[in-house]
Amino acid sequence: MTTLFAILFYTAFAVLLAGLGFKIAQFARTPAPLKIPTTPGPITTPGIAFRLGREAVLFESLFKSNKPLWIFAIIFHFGLFVVLARHLRYFQEPVWFWVGLVQPFGLYAGLAMVAGLGLLLLRRFVIDRVVYVTSPSDILMLLLLLGIGITGLGMTTLAHTDIIAVKAFFLGLMRFSIQPLPTDPALLVHLALVAVLMIVFPFSKLLHAPGLFFSPTRNQKDDPRERRHLSDWAAKLEAGRN
Amino acid sequence: MADIDVPVLGDPAEREIPAIHPGAMAGSKPYVAQAVHQEPLGFAGELPEDWQAKALGRMGDLLGRYRSLQVFMDICVKCGACTDKCHYFIGTGDPKNMPVARQDLFRSVYRRYFTPAGRALGAIGLGSLVGAKEFTRELLDEWFNYFHQCSQCRRCSVFCPYGIDTAEVSMAARDVMNHIGMGHKYANEIIGKVHKIGNNLGLPAPALLDTLEGLEEDVKDETGQDVKFPIDVEGAEVLLVTPSADFFAEPHVLGLIGYAKVFHAAGISWTLSTKASEAGNFGMFIGNYEQMRKISMRIREAAQELKVKRIVFGECGHAWRVAYSFLNTLAGPWDFLDPRYPVPQHILEVTDGLIKKGGIKLDKSGNDGMVLTVHDSCNVARASRMGDCPGGQFTIPRDVIKASVPKFVDMHPDTTHEKTFCCGGGGGLLTDELLDLRVKGAKPRMEALKDVIDREGVTHMAAMCAICKAQFTKILPIYGYDREMVVSVHQLVSNSILLGNND
Ligand code: HEM
Ligand code: HEM
Ligand code: SF4
Ligand code: SF4
Repeated sequence: MTTLFAILFYTAFAVLLAGLGFKIAQFARTPAPLKIPTTPGPITTPGIAFRLGREAVLFESLFKSNKPLWIFAIIFHFGLFVVLARHLRYFQEPVWFWVGLVQPFGLYAGLAMVAGLGLLLLRRFVIDRVVYVTSPSDILMLLLLLGIGITGLGMTTLAHTDIIAVKAFFLGLMRFSIQPLPTDPALLVHLALVAVLMIVFPFSKLLHAPGLFFSPTRNQKDDPRERRHLSDWAAKLEAGRN
Repeated sequence: MADIDVPVLGDPAEREIPAIHPGAMAGSKPYVAQAVHQEPLGFAGELPEDWQAKALGRMGDLLGRYRSLQVFMDICVKCGACTDKCHYFIGTGDPKNMPVARQDLFRSVYRRYFTPAGRALGAIGLGSLVGAKEFTRELLDEWFNYFHQCSQCRRCSVFCPYGIDTAEVSMAARDVMNHIGMGHKYANEIIGKVHKIGNNLGLPAPALLDTLEGLEEDVKDETGQDVKFPIDVEGAEVLLVTPSADFFAEPHVLGLIGYAKVFHAAGISWTLSTKASEAGNFGMFIGNYEQMRKISMRIREAAQELKVKRIVFGECGHAWRVAYSFLNTLAGPWDFLDPRYPVPQHILEVTDGLIKKGGIKLDKSGNDGMVLTVHDSCNVARASRMGDCPGGQFTIPRDVIKASVPKFVDMHPDTTHEKTFCCGGGGGLLTDELLDLRVKGAKPRMEALKDVIDREGVTHMAAMCAICKAQFTKILPIYGYDREMVVSVHQLVSNSILLGNND
């Protein structure tokens, strides 16, 4: 089991890194030939950083568009964020000070995450417009995250696992010395689903996390009259022009 | 107009989201362009045998050329936040008019042929698991119908948590279709006229000169002043580029008279150009950079030939988007023009500046009895700016209107500023065969207008776009209102401006 999971995590990590690296490079390298910010928008670079920050942290546009969805999204994502922050302790020794501080909130954050996911899943069955645009993969993604969340919560509350050993296993992976992994079913399911999540990440809509920062309608400055914006392929059309 | 059910107008504060009616607008489509309109633009004349391969090839090109398209294809989470934001969905209930569903027509093909998951699952017939679809002839027909039910107004992009702009997807889809001979007749015919004659309406130079002479006489009769309408005058300070509708029909032409009076009163020498006798640029609607660039280059050439110092654009929404956001890219740099002025300027920026500096004087009594509201054009509101600060595109037109009329009232805030609704005729859809769609798409705007008419006694709605003006002139009567309710912003200026030495 230990070897199997070691291989699984090395593979998953490699796929995540390579896949995400490829997609981010693709987003970054693809030219944006025209200025298309959704206006009114910022005209300075700090203004752009602030706009993107508001979108990433507060989901500003979503707040404008749909309050119930905004609440569900915030519950889920903030829960997820705290859970992931808390998980950092499995991958570091010594543990950063602030990672220590969030430890007591794991259960609540996990509950928030799962509750948010449940509400998001419910939307996909009850709102006719959302039902219409939902593919099986959208539901599977929510189920995958729910599976991870529920097995995780199971370990926090009922079926505790040997966290010291889990940590030793992952620190070992990072140092290329394989340590034994506990074999509690909840843990194994949790980890297997996490590996699946890492593998599908670069091939799925989860690309929205890095993608937001590359969205030209949000990351471009509104300064087309002040600065000439010209992409490489467009510049080639200008050969021989007056 | 027997076959159009005019939507019932409700309260804009409690706008109902319609239940979905699949297929409600499946039959709505514009005419397909014939070879005579396709080939001069370098597009295929008709659908070839191997259209699928060619379409996929073009999609691949566009994905590599436009970051917007590549990113938008990948990152939509199908959250549905945009689903109730499109005026065409609100007016028709057809679920394929929900922005995300419209994008999905494109995205399902993207997933099937351009993503590992879609390719692998699609090959064994399980593409639908990840929303991937075969690019069949039926799907292509849906592209044609529904990408011509998008006015590229960007309202959805305001509300999407990632700013996904369905307009970008529509433009790309239309470009792909043009490359396989499935062009939109109305748009491509117009682009042909711009290249051949110089403007969208196909008004030849002698007809323009005639019209302008007639206008000089009319204004002389009305005001006693020698207000000029110069054209092709070398060495003028300002080149005015305006939509050709301004030479042609009311209320547009009343706006043109307003621009002329402003220049006259401020003592700014100006000229029109026969070569650039059109501000509009339908190259944007068909998503084709090369066409958009070619059309823009006329303006550069005219500015150089006439040796002007500034370029000013007349009232037109999509034209202002191309002018403000793209002209520097497409036809700049403008180092041969006067660096003290932004290039290009909007006529409303000029007029607003003059009003505020006292360069022109207005007397509101010229518009006595009128209660105004304003329709923010989508391309002005969400795709460009006026003035130096974000949001100037809202304050400047309002300031000019308020300076010209006794009373001004804004419509419901959910329908103005960045949340403004399209008039229903933008994006190259201003053609008679799409009238049913245009009437239904105007519903949210008409609802908000009716509200201020009933509550505030609004008598007129000002518009700053040739397409909006033409659309409202056509559909106001269908909703039971007077076609003359829609006015040009500069028509109001024209009625109130003080000319000559009478101050
Ligand atoms: C910069 C980081 C991120 C931002 C700004 C962000 C933002 C959003 C927003 C605005 C939505 C739409 C509202 C909703 O449906 O909840 C969304 C949906 C979603 N996000 Fe994120 N997200 C981020 C990171 C992540 C990560 C790391 C994951 C998972 C590992 C994730 C998983 C999801 C899922 C599954 C949905 C779809 C929910 C549904 O089916 O309704 N997000 N995200
Ligand atoms: C290799 C990566 C991961 C490891 C080793 C891991 C391990 C664990 C362990 C041992 C627990 C039990 C904690 C306890 O008993 O206090 C747990 C809980 C949990 N895990 Fe994970 N997990 C991983 C990744 C993830 C990911 C990616 C998610 C979310 C998408 C997640 C979500 C949760 C949740 C919600 C809980 C319960 C709340 C909490 O204790 O924080 N885990 N995880
Ligand atoms: S709001 Fe944006 S992310 Fe959500 S479904 Fe619409 S396009 Fe997709
Ligand atoms: S751009 Fe406008 S017309 Fe097109 S889908 Fe979005 S809201 Fe609808």
